[in-house]
Amino acid sequence: MAISDRVLRLRKQSLNTRPVLSPERAELMTEFYRKDFPAVSVPVRRALSFQYLLEHKAVCINDGELIVGEKGPFPKATPTYPELCCHSLSDLEILDSREKIPFSVSPETRAVYRDGIIPFWQGKSLRDMIFCEMTDEWKAAYEAGVFTEFMEQRAPGHTVLDDKIYKKGFLEFSRDIQSALSRLDYLNDPRAYDRGQELRAMEICADALIRFAHRHAEKALVLAGHEIRPERKVELERIAEICFHVPANPPRDFHEALQYYWFVHLGVTIELNTWDAFDPGRLDQHLHPFYQKGIASGTLTRETAEELLQCFWIKFNNQPAPPKVGVTAAESGTYTDFAQINIGGMKPDGSDGVNDVSYLLLDVIEDMRLLQPSSSIQVSKKNPDRFIHRAAGIIRTGFGQPSVFNADLIVQELVRQGKTLDDARRGGSSGCVEVGAFGKENYNLTGYFNMPKVLEITLHNGTDPRSGKKIGIETGQPEQFARFDEFFDAFVRQMNHFIDIKVRGNNVIERLYAGVMPAPFLSIVIDDCIAAGRDYHDGGARYNTTYIQGVGLGSLTDMMSAIRCHVFDRKTLSMTALLTALADDFSGHDRTRRMLMNRTPRYGNDDDGADDLMKSIFEAYFQAIDGRKNTKNGTYHINLLPTTCHVYFGSVTGATPDGRHAGEPLSEGISPVQGADRKGPTAVLKSAAKMDHVRTGGTLLNQKFTPQVLKTDADLDRLVQLIRTYFKLDGHHIQFNVADAATLRAARRRPENYRDLIVRVAGYSDYFCDLTRALQEEIIARTEHGSF
Amino acid sequence: MMLSYIISDMESGIIFDIKKYSIHDGPGIRTTVFFKGCPLSCWWCHNPESQRICIEKLYAAGRCIGCGDCVAACPENAIREMESGLFTDPEKCLQCGSCADICVADASEMAGRKLSVSQVMAEIEKDTAFYDASCGGITFSGGEPLAQPDFLSALLIACKDRRIHTTLDTSGFSEWKAMDLIRHHVDLFLFDLKLMDDEKHRLFTGVSNRRILENLKALSAGGHRIRIRIPVIPGITDTDDNIAAVGIFAAALPSVPPIDLLPYHHFAAAKYERLGNVYRLMDMRPPAAESLTRLADLLSGLGLTVNTERVISHGDF
Repeated sequence: MAISDRVLRLRKQSLNTRPVLSPERAELMTEFYRKDFPAVSVPVRRALSFQYLLEHKAVCINDGELIVGEKGPFPKATPTYPELCCHSLSDLEILDSREKIPFSVSPETRAVYRDGIIPFWQGKSLRDMIFCEMTDEWKAAYEAGVFTEFMEQRAPGHTVLDDKIYKKGFLEFSRDIQSALSRLDYLNDPRAYDRGQELRAMEICADALIRFAHRHAEKALVLAGHEIRPERKVELERIAEICFHVPANPPRDFHEALQYYWFVHLGVTIELNTWDAFDPGRLDQHLHPFYQKGIASGTLTRETAEELLQCFWIKFNNQPAPPKVGVTAAESGTYTDFAQINIGGMKPDGSDGVNDVSYLLLDVIEDMRLLQPSSSIQVSKKNPDRFIHRAAGIIRTGFGQPSVFNADLIVQELVRQGKTLDDARRGGSSGCVEVGAFGKENYNLTGYFNMPKVLEITLHNGTDPRSGKKIGIETGQPEQFARFDEFFDAFVRQMNHFIDIKVRGNNVIERLYAGVMPAPFLSIVIDDCIAAGRDYHDGGARYNTTYIQGVGLGSLTDMMSAIRCHVFDRKTLSMTALLTALADDFSGHDRTRRMLMNRTPRYGNDDDGADDLMKSIFEAYFQAIDGRKNTKNGTYHINLLPTTCHVYFGSVTGATPDGRHAGEPLSEGISPVQGADRKGPTAVLKSAAKMDHVRTGGTLLNQKFTPQVLKTDADLDRLVQLIRTYFKLDGHHIQFNVADAATLRAARRRPENYRDLIVRVAGYSDYFCDLTRALQEEIIARTEHGSF
Repeated sequence: MMLSYIISDMESGIIFDIKKYSIHDGPGIRTTVFFKGCPLSCWWCHNPESQRICIEKLYAAGRCIGCGDCVAACPENAIREMESGLFTDPEKCLQCGSCADICVADASEMAGRKLSVSQVMAEIEKDTAFYDASCGGITFSGGEPLAQPDFLSALLIACKDRRIHTTLDTSGFSEWKAMDLIRHHVDLFLFDLKLMDDEKHRLFTGVSNRRILENLKALSAGGHRIRIRIPVIPGITDTDDNIAAVGIFAAALPSVPPIDLLPYHHFAAAKYERLGNVYRLMDMRPPAAESLTRLADLLSGLGLTVNTERVISHGDF
């Protein structure tokens, strides 16, 4: 359909506004914590700070918009969270000046930081506490790039909303909280005081959100009073009516449902800078009853619903991910905050979940072509082919969305982890590819794990050759191993050593969040925090999962395969000669490098020789992590995804036995090494399906396609069948990059002409021109190789 | 049945490529098996490495790292290092493959491998799940598969034993005996018709079209499913006279087949270079879209079903 002028204008504003670092939240937070306040518990103080923020932050209603509310004072004004991590002046300088993903930082903002925010928070943020508590061995591994730490500057989020807000207003949540308070047993429950404090904090937050909505209603009425355009006046009055009604009460129609969700979204992301900044989850199913009712009563048309959704989409795009501090500020990262709208899949009773709103959402995605929110289709064997075909038509346009998930497998994964069937069917995927029981789970990704780096350290008997420091355990001189199995065992021991270090760190950090940085607002909307009187960070959720994300599986498989093949089986290369070639970064060893690359069975070719090694590595990683207990009465599981970390991990890893030069990116997700797969997409999918995806919480497979193989309708049928087959083989997720190498090269030469070129990176899409040169090169290489 | 299966399994032949996710050579997702060796030598051949029915050396100078391993490895001393790269003396080279075996840079490669039926079937069967999901299967192409009739027959039987859909992409140039041997195991023929004028056919393909046309008539009379494919080569096959003649011939067949127009493309030039062969159509450009439309209209006017996309949808089979 034609896009309305209103939407075109709002979309343009969203695309053209340069992200700005807003000091608003940091200033209000500092003001609040400077004040004298009554002696209250930590959760209540956090709740009061939340209330202070929502009471004092600017209320923004942009001209023409139908869904209102911004995280900052205006679109793309991005708040910071100094109580978690405080930006230094040099961080601000980098953010303002870096070429990619910049945030404008005005001189006034810098002054506010210099004079107020930094002096108050420096040395007192949670990040400071975390680094104080981490051991030397943890720091050594972290600095060497063996793993990253998600929680050092963003709060555990990784959660998605279910359908509860569409049935229940915040007044009713408050009543639930009061009823839980009234049930507290101070005589027999030793935790009664803690529960009481947490519940009081939730109550304050519930009131705060209602009041925040009312502030928007009041502002809308003021604007309506001054409005001379009669249509806009009516709209503003309607906005006021809606904001007085939700989130206090359950939504009555489609428009109110969207506005209600948006207030909750703002609440969660203003309270803390949660990772994977929250999303509504199964939006088509949540909205379908309102859509049907509206259509039946004549109060809604498909066009008005579409316009509301387009306005909703723009609200997501107006919120860039909060910029990081410290060393990572120099890396560009991304503006995307990983909200992932789920479409399709199954209903809670297990039947086909595709409905009219599913197709409507796909239209919105295609028309909006925005970075945020991200979107996915959840493919169940019960869904019609037509649904996937429709999504394939959008994938073909090369915009990297939607990504494609196996809904039936996700249910199996969640049930294996101990969720009830009903909770599993209401779940889905979020962030990049992580599964969760929506509305009921804290599934916390704690960091990426650099598997190839562990191999490098194993090849040096516990020493990191980059720094010369001994950061691992001694597992034996590599020249001494008589058989490949012995070498593999040494690797596994080394990996377990680093996983132990990571878990020890996690156990401290999780408790720091529980004790110092509770999230009473988020806790209101995640079951069973109210019933248990426990915070989201303290095990209040019904399910609590901790993940460590493995990176470089394809690279590691090829490295292991090369060592097995050339050093042990064929003896075409001695271990000493291999180590020399690696130490020289293959300079003067070109022949050796070619041999390692071209004469080694490699992952991604449906070759059991290489793929069985991949399975052994998968198994070792699984055994090292799955089933460990976290601090929230929950369990550790694995997933295999990199975001962009395979680039960072590559940059800290020297030359490797797969022929990779020092510093080059590792393979990403469970995709093969770039260029190692030579037998086309079916062979890649077969290789990838050989691991047991059911025992993960998500794997990421990136498949590149050139436009030539997606030209006709019949080509799209083939793509649908390719997806169906991968899912029949129990693959978890697949995403597609569609752009020819010539286009990408042109975009690199003349970025100004390709500002809107979006490509799939790894679990998310990004503007090609915003990527670092290394990532751009990698995507071009990936694309060129796709000329089958 | 079992005995014939075992015997045919021992057949072997020369294959130059097995390509997966082949989506433009028959219905669904397919694996295309390329036979080496062809009695024709069309000027526009896209797979020049498929013409000779033997294993032969390919050399990609751009990949060569100059390590000299192949010079040392050649038992015939046929390889010399020149300033422009390596030169293999065709008089001395016995195509033994020692150079390709030793070449870690994949600069020297052998076009063609001798494979047994069970080796080919093992590769084919890896993608069974994809054929199942898409009503796809196997396409035998080349080269000319009918130039190795016993091997082709054994592979077709093995596919049908496994309930895999079979397509044969053929020039149609073979003795009827060979065609008759395999035709009942082929679910779909992609049958090339290039030039109706026999003199021109001889000039541009090296053989007469008489046998090709007879085979086509006999297959059509036998009730086999056929699609006629015309390679559209500017100035050679794309004349109105030629296309009209193909159309009239097709329309008179016992069972009138649909026609695919396959536009010429230029991608093969590099292959000729690697083979050390001359490419006679170096300056040829692909046909214009209008020219394809004109030819399609001409054929439609004769009451034929025409497809100009390389892609074929299910309804067409």
